[in-house]
Amino acid sequence: MDVGKFISIVISMVFINNFILSKFLGLCSFIGVSRETKPAVSMGLAVTFVTTMSSIITWLIYRYLLVPFDIAYLRTICFILVIASFVQLVEMFIRKGFPGLYKAFGIYLPLITVNCAVLGVAVLNSDMFFSDGSAAKGSFALSVTQGFFAGVGYLLAMILMSGIRERLELLDAPESLKGVPLAFIVASLMSLAFMGFSGFKF
Amino acid sequence: MKKLIEEFVKGITIENPTFALVLGLCPTLAVSSSVINAIGMGAAATFVLLGSNIIISLIRKIIPNEIRIPCFIVVIATFVTINEMMLKAYFPELNASLGIFIPLIVVNCIVLGRAEVFAAKRTVLPSIFDALGMGMGFTLALVIISTIREALGAGKIFGLVLARGFEPASVMILAPGALLTLGFLIGFVNFWHIHKKTHKEIKKVGCDGCR
Amino acid sequence: MNKLIVSTSPHIHHKEDTASIMRQVILALIPAGIAGVWIFGLRALSIILAGVVSAVIFEWLIQKARGVKITVLDASAILTGLLLSYSLPSTVPLWLPVVGSFVAIVIVKQAFGGLGRNIFNPALAGRAFLLAAWPSYMTVFAKPFDAITSATPLGLLKEGKAAELAQLHLSYSDLFFGLRGGCIGEVCILALLAGAIYLLARGIISYHAPLAFILTLGLFSWVFGQARFFSGDFIFAVLSGGLILGAFFMATDYVTTPLTTKGHFIFGLGCGLIAFVIRKWGGYPEGVSYSILIMNAVVPLIDRYILPKRFGIK
Repeated sequence: MDVGKFISIVISMVFINNFILSKFLGLCSFIGVSRETKPAVSMGLAVTFVTTMSSIITWLIYRYLLVPFDIAYLRTICFILVIASFVQLVEMFIRKGFPGLYKAFGIYLPLITVNCAVLGVAVLNSDMFFSDGSAAKGSFALSVTQGFFAGVGYLLAMILMSGIRERLELLDAPESLKGVPLAFIVASLMSLAFMGFSGFKF
Repeated sequence: MKKLIEEFVKGITIENPTFALVLGLCPTLAVSSSVINAIGMGAAATFVLLGSNIIISLIRKIIPNEIRIPCFIVVIATFVTINEMMLKAYFPELNASLGIFIPLIVVNCIVLGRAEVFAAKRTVLPSIFDALGMGMGFTLALVIISTIREALGAGKIFGLVLARGFEPASVMILAPGALLTLGFLIGFVNFWHIHKKTHKEIKKVGCDGCR
Repeated sequence: MNKLIVSTSPHIHHKEDTASIMRQVILALIPAGIAGVWIFGLRALSIILAGVVSAVIFEWLIQKARGVKITVLDASAILTGLLLSYSLPSTVPLWLPVVGSFVAIVIVKQAFGGLGRNIFNPALAGRAFLLAAWPSYMTVFAKPFDAITSATPLGLLKEGKAAELAQLHLSYSDLFFGLRGGCIGEVCILALLAGAIYLLARGIISYHAPLAFILTLGLFSWVFGQARFFSGDFIFAVLSGGLILGAFFMATDYVTTPLTTKGHFIFGLGCGLIAFVIRKWGGYPEGVSYSILIMNAVVPLIDRYILPKRFGIK
C-alpha cells in the first residue's frame, strides 16, 4: 500500500477537486441547504455516509457482477438503482431503530438519492480504478477512501458556506444579488482560494 | 396547436430550467467551458428528456403510484445508457470532454422533474413539446453561459479567435469562473424581475393613489 | 454654550474613525512602496498608481450606479488598490492591476454591499483571480536594480533548484533589505516592519494574528521544511516570501478577520499551517495569500464559537 497515494486522494478530494467547488457535483443541495449551519452539517454527514457506503457497494457490484458478465455498459442503471434502494433501506432502518439519528440527518436521506455527488463518486471510482475490465491493485481501499473524503470535502464546503451565508443574511447587499446569486459568488471565491492547493504533491 | 406551442415556449422563457427554476446546475457549470460542449450536453439532455417523457406518458397508467419514482429512474437511466453508447460510438471526442456528466444526466433534476410534474399526468403529444421546450431552454442557458465563459476565458467562440491582442483570463473557463458567471447571470435575471415589478407597482400606485 | 443637546449613547466620541484608521494604514505602507520603487524602478511606481487610481474610480462608479452614499473619501479603496499592487510583480502589464482592482472592488467588495460587509479580503481575492487568470504574467519577477527577470527564492526552492539558490549568495541581510526577486511591496522587510511597528504602537492592529502566523509558519518550516527534522531554515522561511506583508497588513484587516483576541490567534495559526502546507507540497511556491483567503472563509465559524467576552461576566 502506498501511503502517498492515499494522502494525495485525501487532499485532492477535500481541497483541489472538491466535489462542490471544482467538480460542481451536489451543487443543488449545496445551494439549497446551506442557509443555516445545523441542517448544513446534518446534510454533509448524511452525504458522507452515503458516498462511503455507495463506494463500497458499487465497487462490489462492478467487480463481481458487471465486469465478469461483461455488462459494464449497464453501469449507470445498476448504480442508480442500487444507490436508490440502499438509501431507501437506510432511511427505513434508522427511522425505526434510531429516531434521534433520524431527526438529525435522516430527513435529508431521500434528497440524497438524486444527489449527483453520490452517483458521481461511484462513476468516478469505476472510471479511475478499473482499466480494461479489471480492477487496479488496491482499488477497493482507494475507492472507499475516495468516497469517504469526497463526502468530507462536501461537508467542509457546506460548513464554511453556511457560516458565511448566516453572516450574509445580516448584510445589506444589492437587492438583486441577495440570496442565491451571492451564494454563487461566495462559492466562486472559495473555489479561487482552494486553488492554492492545486498541484499538490506529497 | 396553440396550447402545444405554449408548452414549448414556456420551457425556454418563464419556466427556463436554469434561470427560472434553478435546476440541474451541476452539468450547467461543469460543461459550459466551451460552446461546443454546451451544445453537445444540451442535445444529450434533450434526447433523454424526449425519450423519457414519451415513454413515461405512454405507460403512465400502468405504473403503480407508490413505486413511480424508481420506475421513472429506470426509464431515464435506459435512455441515458443509450445516449452514452451512441456518443461513445459516433462522437468519441465529445464523449471524452463531457466525461462523467453524461451518466450523471440520470440524476439531473430537470429530467426527473419533468417526468413527475408533466409526463406522468399528460398525453404523449404535450409531453413531447414539453420535453423539446425544456431541452431547448436548458441548451439555450448552457449556450449563454458558455459563450460568456469561452469568450472571456479562452478569447474564442466555437474555437474561433475573437480579437487579436485580447489576452483571455483563463480563470473563466475554470471552476471559479463558472460559479461567478452563473451568480451574476441569476443576479441579472433577479434585477430584471425586480425592475419590472417595481415598474408595475409604481403604475398601480399611480392609478390607485390618485383616487 | 447654553444649548443642551439630548442624544442617545455613545456620548464620548473618539476622533478615530474609519477614514483615519485607513489613512494610518496607508501611511504605514508607504515606506514599503518607496523601497519597492527604489529596488524595481519607476515601473513599480506606475503599477502602484494604476492599481490605486483604478480602485478609487471603480469604487466611485459602483457607488454612483447603486445610488448609495459615495464613500471614496474613507480611503478604503486606496488601501485595497495599494495592497493589490504591492502583491504584484513589477513586470506585469499596466492593465493587470486595473483588472485586479475591478475584481477586488466590484466583485469582492461592492457585490456584498461595500466596506465592512465583504467576506474575503478584496486585495487578496483580486490577486488570486489574476494568478488564476494570467499565470504567465504573475510568476515572472524582476531582478533587483536590473531589467532581467529572475525567480523568487521560494520559487527556486520549489523547482528543486537549491544549487541555483545557493549561487545567488542571498544573505539574511539581503532578504531583510529586499535585494531579491519578488512582488513590489513584499520584498523590503525593513520598511514593512517599520510600518507594522507604527501601527502596533498606535494600537491600530493587534500583534496576535501576525505573531501566530509568523511563528507557526517559521516553526513548521524549521521542523518539517527539509527531509531531516529540525533542519529547515526558520529565518529564511519568514523573510523570503510575502509573509511579513500578509501577516501585518492583511491578516489584521478589521473586516475579514475574527472579532476576538483568541479568534485572531486561531486565525494566525490556521494561516501559518495552510501557508506551510502549500509551500511544502503545493504547486505554488508561496501560499501566504491563499492561506489568508481560506481562513477568511472560516472567520464566521471562528466568531460563532469564540464569542467576545461580555463585560462584567466571568
